[in-house]
Amino acid sequence: MRYLPHSAAERAEMLAVIGAKAAEDLFGAVPRSALLTKPVDLPKHSPEFLVEAKMRALAGKNRAGADGPFFVGAGAYRHHVPATVDHLIQRSEWLTAYTPYQPEVSQGTLQMLFEFQTQVAHLTGMDVANASMYDGSTATAEAVLMARRLTRKDKIILSGGLHPHYRDVVTTYLDHSPSLVSLPASPEGQGDILDRIDDDTAAIVIQTPDFFGHLRDVKRAADAIHAKGGLLIVVVTEVVSLGLLEAPGALGADIVVCEGQSIGNSLNFGGPYVGLMATKKEFIRQMPGRLCGETVDADGNRGFVLTLSTREQHIRREKATSNICTNSGLCALAFTIHMSLLGEAGLTRLARLNHERAIRLSKALRAVPGVELLNKTFFNEMTIRLPVPAAPIVELLAKADVLAGVPVSRLIPNDPAAENLIVLAATELTTDTDIDMLGECLHAALNGDGA
Amino acid sequence: MSMNTQGRPTGTGTSSAAATGSSLLPNEPILFEIGDTEHTGVDLPEVSVGDDFLGGFRRKSPLDLAGLTEPEAMRHYVRLSRLNYSIDSGMYPLGSCTMKHNPRLNEKMARLPGFADIHPLQPVSTVQGALELMNELAHWLMTLTNTAAVCLTPKAGAHGEMAGMMAIRAAQVAKGEAHRNVVLVPESAHGTNPATAAFLGYTVKPIPARADGTVDAAAVKAALGPDVAAIMLTNPNTCGLFEPQIIDIAAAVHEAGAYFYCDGANFNAIMGVVRPGDLGIDAMHINLHKTFSTPHGGGGPGAGPVVLSAALAPFAPVPFVRDGQLVEHAEGQHLGRVTAFNGQMGMYVRALTYMLSHGGDGLAQAAKDAVLNANYIKARLSRAFSVPFADAGYCMHEALFDDSFLEGSGVTTLDFAKALIDEGYHPMTMYFPLVVHGAMLVEPTESESKQTLDAFCESMLDLAADAKAGNAARFTAAPTKAPRRRLDETRAARQPRLKWERPDPLPQAAE
Repeated sequence: MRYLPHSAAERAEMLAVIGAKAAEDLFGAVPRSALLTKPVDLPKHSPEFLVEAKMRALAGKNRAGADGPFFVGAGAYRHHVPATVDHLIQRSEWLTAYTPYQPEVSQGTLQMLFEFQTQVAHLTGMDVANASMYDGSTATAEAVLMARRLTRKDKIILSGGLHPHYRDVVTTYLDHSPSLVSLPASPEGQGDILDRIDDDTAAIVIQTPDFFGHLRDVKRAADAIHAKGGLLIVVVTEVVSLGLLEAPGALGADIVVCEGQSIGNSLNFGGPYVGLMATKKEFIRQMPGRLCGETVDADGNRGFVLTLSTREQHIRREKATSNICTNSGLCALAFTIHMSLLGEAGLTRLARLNHERAIRLSKALRAVPGVELLNKTFFNEMTIRLPVPAAPIVELLAKADVLAGVPVSRLIPNDPAAENLIVLAATELTTDTDIDMLGECLHAALNGDGA
Repeated sequence: MSMNTQGRPTGTGTSSAAATGSSLLPNEPILFEIGDTEHTGVDLPEVSVGDDFLGGFRRKSPLDLAGLTEPEAMRHYVRLSRLNYSIDSGMYPLGSCTMKHNPRLNEKMARLPGFADIHPLQPVSTVQGALELMNELAHWLMTLTNTAAVCLTPKAGAHGEMAGMMAIRAAQVAKGEAHRNVVLVPESAHGTNPATAAFLGYTVKPIPARADGTVDAAAVKAALGPDVAAIMLTNPNTCGLFEPQIIDIAAAVHEAGAYFYCDGANFNAIMGVVRPGDLGIDAMHINLHKTFSTPHGGGGPGAGPVVLSAALAPFAPVPFVRDGQLVEHAEGQHLGRVTAFNGQMGMYVRALTYMLSHGGDGLAQAAKDAVLNANYIKARLSRAFSVPFADAGYCMHEALFDDSFLEGSGVTTLDFAKALIDEGYHPMTMYFPLVVHGAMLVEPTESESKQTLDAFCESMLDLAADAKAGNAARFTAAPTKAPRRRLDETRAARQPRLKWERPDPLPQAAE
């Protein structure tokens, strides 16, 4: 067993030093009835090449994004990650380091987190960001709880444009609280959230670009909620959009939460991802998650430490702001490296390119008879309405090796308004050939040729 | 002193802003001091886009994001990495963290396009291999624990605790017992336990530890009552000891109408040797980044799947795999999502790769070696160090010491830990568990060779002798051989500087 250093002789030597006769003696405190008398019913150890063969076989049963036209988005986006990023995050000192609780030997991680927090604050236009959360959906739930603590009010209103998974996570976290108002999905981009705000409202949650791709008026929402003494939480699931669209902080957001996956991190079937959270200076002490701060050491040299830990579970226990222990360290590193390779010049160019691809996609979609494009505004994602239920069409196109986006009914089942809708994304990786093939296949599917 | 490419002086005027130091012990500036808004390390076609579809929301506020070309970025992040200790370079005797070797086959498999380049929402018919993998991982976890179901999706141990406790809460409500609002938690528990219980609205009632560090079944029985929803226990416990009365405790908990949440952080001590399901647990999270070798990555990502008893299985949060399909919407009594999408697939691939490599026999041997290694350290150190529970006999996978051996020396647990850095080791876990004064919790894991353990013990013995001999200065000045001396944490908290600030304000960008 290649991961276990001891020989039988060494084990015997060590037992002698301990003063035990057999390894089993060390388990003397275990009730006899609980000690297994025969091995667990699992396969025996295996050489690398056999493990590899088995894993490759499993991987081979999955259709990868690179294998053909790919338009799947809905909160996780297929972008190019430079080779430098994946190479660097596999360095021992980044990959196999522990949480930086001993700062003197963790300055690499800590300085990187300081850079990360700066990048996130600048992107979102907010004063301060934390050192990352598990993902965008749990960050959203934590933001809602934070807003309740800050305002000492209970009522939360979720926009109909919020990603249905995010809505579900918030609902689970709030245990279906009656003070959680979850507005119906708004595929057309309009909702009545502003009319629903009252004096009891702790916060409203707006996503932009929203789940259907529409760009929402953050400033108007901010003005409306602030007039009633509540807070605005803005959700961004495609962080590349911030390279072209106005920063939520500049529009009045109080807490901004994002899914950072688009930068530095592959699709990975849903995880690991990286949640971003940023807020105003005055709200820092209610922010969950780890925070990295600058200080000096005993020689007067600049250094970095985890700070304001009295918010966290290992200090405050049941009085903590959250139960969170982990951040998404390596994914935050990948984000930081990719963002440093992009810089402002690269990110703005990347964002424009994504939007240009989306414009090309929108033209091709509108050209298919029977397809109605719902978006007047979009960044790199849009929603179309078909004359027939969408899920079977997406399944049909998948057989032709075209992954044509996500049928909305998959996330919003049993809703006639959602049944005929597909959400599609384009990124810098989407080619004209991909778009043309999508158009052809859709045309064929809707005209019965593809049956 | 370095200047950025626009001729602006970098840094805040302190000596550390310059790129000084050898590449082996660099003094590395911050990204924003060396990059700028024009440099970029990515080639992208230049396109201009109109405002037609932007709704008037085009960005006007500055991004002010520093960019580097590829060679500059490579150098910056390689140099920064050299400031980090890592398990690849040395032992981490961190109690309760299980810092074992991170196999590279895991990384290779996680990067197969069939795992890395698949979207959580592409048609299920196109990702059958992914569902099969999740099933296989679930099978291994349930077989190792003898449980009825597993919720794979929690993104970290604490997240798994939350999911498990939510299932318990739902089960109580389903029985008409929603009024049960108390959760029993030992004083020795990890902070996430009471934090999770409080997060869900429970009142936390502490159970004191016995003199030998274990939980007294009589104390538990006295605390149980019609208001108790659950107990949260760690086994082996945070003092490194197997709870000898655990079966008795589980029975009492169930008889009182409550459920048993087990914190599985220490599963490395017993996998393949004891099955927690046989002890009577109802829910237990497993830290894939501890027990199953997925890398710590400087603080994450983790993964915290939670195994469930038959009583709690009906409440498992969605999504889960069933018959080659993904059940994504809560049906029956199943709870709603605790995260978007399908969980930490990247970590499942790594963990399953490790499980297949070790096999059931290897995992059991790993547990036995972990326990052997901890007892070896305890045997070699217990004359010079102070063991808080003298009659506890053997420990499990971690050895606990307190600071009474340092009494009168002028050296605290913290000082001792910092001096260990100068010996070339990451410190052990300090001041945890709270039930012991100045705790030092040492967990070597099964990955350490006898040579490494001996070298570690020799350093520890040398330090103990020096402390007792009155050489306090060595400890209070430590570390002196790390990239930084002790850092002023008070200042960091009192004057929070949480992002880089440029010395001169940026002129507002013209539209």
